[in-house]
Order: sequence, then structure tokens, then C-alpha cells
Amino acid sequence: MVEWKKKMKYVKKEVTVVLLLLPASLVCLPMILLVTGSVMGNGELRQYLSPLFTEGTTFISWKLVPDYPTFENYGKLLFLTPQFFVLFWNSMKMVGCILAGQLIIGVPAAWAFAVYKVKGSRILFALYVVLMLLPFQVTMLSSYLVLNRLGMLDTHQAVIWPAVFSTFPVFLSYGGFRCIPMQLLEAARIDGAGEFKIFCKIGLPLGKSGLLSAMVLGFLEYWNMMEQPMAFLEEKALWPLSLYLPEITWAQAGYAFGASIITLIPAAFVFVWGQDYLEQGIIFSGLKE
Amino acid sequence: MRRHRFSWKKNKLRRAFFLFMLPSFLGVLVFVLIPFLDVVKRSFSTAVTSQFNGIQNYKTIFTNQAFMLAVKNTFRFTFVCIPLLVVVGLIIAVPLSKMKSAGIIKSLYLFPLAMPTATIVIVWKMFFYRQGFLNLALSRIGEITGLWGEVQKDYLASSAAFWILVFSYVWKNTGYTVVLWLAGILGISNEMLEAARVDGASERQSFFKIILPNLKGSLYTIVILSFLNSFKIYREAYLVAGAYPEQDIYLLQHLFNNWFVNLDFDKMAAAAVCVGGFLFVVIMLLQRVWDNRD
Repeated sequence: MVEWKKKMKYVKKEVTVVLLLLPASLVCLPMILLVTGSVMGNGELRQYLSPLFTEGTTFISWKLVPDYPTFENYGKLLFLTPQFFVLFWNSMKMVGCILAGQLIIGVPAAWAFAVYKVKGSRILFALYVVLMLLPFQVTMLSSYLVLNRLGMLDTHQAVIWPAVFSTFPVFLSYGGFRCIPMQLLEAARIDGAGEFKIFCKIGLPLGKSGLLSAMVLGFLEYWNMMEQPMAFLEEKALWPLSLYLPEITWAQAGYAFGASIITLIPAAFVFVWGQDYLEQGIIFSGLKE
Repeated sequence: MRRHRFSWKKNKLRRAFFLFMLPSFLGVLVFVLIPFLDVVKRSFSTAVTSQFNGIQNYKTIFTNQAFMLAVKNTFRFTFVCIPLLVVVGLIIAVPLSKMKSAGIIKSLYLFPLAMPTATIVIVWKMFFYRQGFLNLALSRIGEITGLWGEVQKDYLASSAAFWILVFSYVWKNTGYTVVLWLAGILGISNEMLEAARVDGASERQSFFKIILPNLKGSLYTIVILSFLNSFKIYREAYLVAGAYPEQDIYLLQHLFNNWFVNLDFDKMAAAAVCVGGFLFVVIMLLQRVWDNRD
């Protein structure tokens, strides 16, 4: 009887794992489609996908292993389309500048909120939280007005500066700094350390997790950025990859699959490397002040 | 003497706060707060001549059919998606919390968060176009069971488009909801659960009487974050269906964007003030409710 119960428990556990994996497979399926599509020749792709863009009654079809696997799509992208490189580096440049700016400007502000509880800091913090939660569309017009006034429209700066002053990384880094015990800072002060030194020598190393989670979440967010460049960049040569990909038509499906995979690689890399920080960041973003 | 020293220290701290805050606050002031005041001013003026015209712009948007439709759809989307996401996340998180190694499964659920929207849209098109995978699968099922014939529904051009958006929203955001629920569940002290078990509480009882009531804090943050992310569904909506989609998925985001393109700044200003004000009140109320709970 006890044996049987034990067995039942084991079976139950297995069933839970399978049930949990089922919806998770929905995540893998698109990945598999993208990867196989990217190593398919254009002729084969057209044959499978043509029902989508021609009027007819046949359905889409697919093969998990292409008849003639080929790297021609990647070759074409990497060696024959300089335009693709321009867009890739546009994305890299914008994301890099935004994250660097957030580090330099947002992190000290988070430190100020976490350490110096002066009068008025609570109200200011509440304001930052509200700003963090306002969607882009609400601030779109005001951003446009100020970017126009500063002559930044249609340059990368139009996308970079408003993002640098986003209050989201402030909130995340605040979560990391808040875990530092105040006595430690007090002790450093008694030893005669200045406030800036305390920030560099104690704050940054100990509050690292908050910082890194802000960077990881920030990378994934800005790598996927669409609303801002769509509104503020008219010149297509300035666009990031995320905005250019959807412009590729069905006729060039192989190219689209290859480009999707290449766009995905940096994000996947950051995801795999920073998953712990990502989770930490999600939890920090949920911390109540 | 002591008092003097105390205030000296306080001054020093205040100065440090000020210096650390300054760059960020200046930026927020220049890029957000001051221009928003300008927007408020514009919401009371005409677009071209910028003469004061009272609440005319507000009257215009509230009698504007596109605005009312967009508000309705956005509300509908939020009210369907957020409860759905909260429940789906919890259903996944509870069994995960009992497992020793939930790592890989959690990663699988989180990965969509990392996938750029532009890369996933091509897959959604393959699924939901009229001749796509979904109809293929449905037709096959119909064929085998003999219950229905070939399915030729164009999901993106019908009211089903709304549900496709709901699906892709849940697909993308389940991961972080699971992480937040998990953090909440694992934060509940084991002693409490142990004690309940010793007292003879069943699994179900301890779930409803101990775990759920202790997750109110997580619920608040999940709702806030899901709401924040629900506005980003515009990316999928725009990429799958363009600037003027099927009317069930015409959201506020589409409207703002189209006004922006057409330079309808007067309407945009009034709408931005309304939406911003509404969100401000909601956030404050939620925070008030939350603070009272402790």
C-alpha cells in the first residue's frame, strides 16, 4: 500500500512536469520555425509559404529538415547587404549609449533615493514611479516638442536622450541599493570617507545586482524598441533593426528568417548570460518602496 | 552644541542627496516635466494659431468616434488580459514552487521576454493568416473527426484579431508573472505551512487559507507591471495589422500614433492630459490601497 502510494506520488510529479512543459513548448515552436526557415533555400521557402500571399485554397506547409539546407541566407545578409550592417550597428549604438547614460545618470539618483532620506525625497520618488508607469504614447507629444526645440529630431539623439532619463533603471537600481545595511555606511562615515567615495567603494560593489538587472532588462527593452524610432526617426538609414525587419516582404522570406535569427542572437545571448539578473530585476521591479 | 552638530550632518546629507539627484532630475525636468506643462497648455489652445480656446479640444476628443472606440478597446484589452495573465501565471507558479529544479522550465517561460517583437511577428503571420498553420490544424481535426469542413477564417481581419493580441500578450508576459508569483510563494515562511500541516490542514486548505492571502503584495506588483506592459502590445498589433487595423484592435496607441502622423497636436495634447491624468489617479489609488493594507 505504501509502495503504491509512493508510486502514485511519483507519477503525479511526472504528470505535472509534462503539463508544465506543454505550454512551454509554445515557446520553442516559433524558435524552431525561425531556425529552419533561416537555413532553407529561397525556392523551397516560396513553395511552402506561397499559400500565404497568393489567393488559393492550399495551406501553408513546412519541413523541419529542409530538403536542401543552405547558409545562403546568412551569406547574403552578412556579405552582400551592407545596409544590414548599418542597421545592426544603429541598434547597437543606440542601446549602448542608452545603457551607458542610464548608468551614469540614473544610478546615482537611485543611490540618493536609497541612502539619503531627506525631506521631500519620498514625494520625488513617488513622482519617479508614476513617470516610470506612464506609457510612451502619453509622453510622445511632449518628447516631440522638446526634441524639436533642441534640434534633435531625426538623429539618434532623439531616441537616446529621453531613454537615458527614463526612471525605470532608477527604480531597479534602487532595489539593489536598498539591501545594503545602513550601519556599514555609517561606519565608513565615521572613518572619514566622503559620500562620493562611499558610493564608489561600497554602493557600487554591493548594489551590483540591482545595476546589472537594470542593464539586462534595459538591453532587452531597447533592443526591441519600436515606438520611439518610429515616431522620431524619419530617415530609414538611421533605423534600428527592430523597425527594419518587418519591412522585409514575403518575396524575400529567407532573408527575413536569417535577419530575424541574427537580431535574436544578441538578445538571446544577454538572456542566457543574465537570466539570474533578469529574474532579480523582475523581483526588484516588484518591490514596494 | 549637540543640536548644532546634528543639523550640520543633516545639511551634509541633504547636499549629497541633491548632488546625486541633480543630473537625473534636471533631465527629467527638461525632457518630461516642462514639455508636459507645454502639452497641458496646448490642450487648451488651437493647433495652428495657439489661441486660448478653453475646453474645446476636450469636447472634440470626447465626441470623437475614433477616440471613444480606442478607449473602449484599450479598456477591454486590459480587463481581459490582466486577470488572465495573473491566473495563468499563478497556475504555473504553484506547481513550479514545489519542484526542486524549476530552472529550465522557468527559462522556457521567460524566453519570450527576450525575443524581439519583430522576429516573432513573421511566425504569428504564418500561424494566423487565412492559409496558415492554425487553419491547417483545424481543418485536419475537422477532417479526422468529421465534425466540420475546411476552415478558411481570416483571423486578422475579423474580431478574432483581438484574441490573437490577447494570446501574444500572454505568451510574452507569462514568464515574468511566474517569476513574481514564485518569489512571493517562496517568501512565505515554511514554519507557517509546516504548522498548518501538523494541524491537519490539507494541501488545498493551506493553499487557500495561507498561501493565497499572503500573496496580496505580489498581486499588486503583478497588476502594476502587467498594466505597464499591456501598452507595449502595440508593437505586435502594429506589425501584424498595420496603422489602421480591424476595428476591434484599434487601440489608444494606434490613435495617438495616427494623430501624431497627421499633426493633430491639439487633440493629442488633450488626450495625453486625459490618459495621463487617469493613469496618475489609478496609480495613486492603488498605492493608497496598498499602503493601508500594511
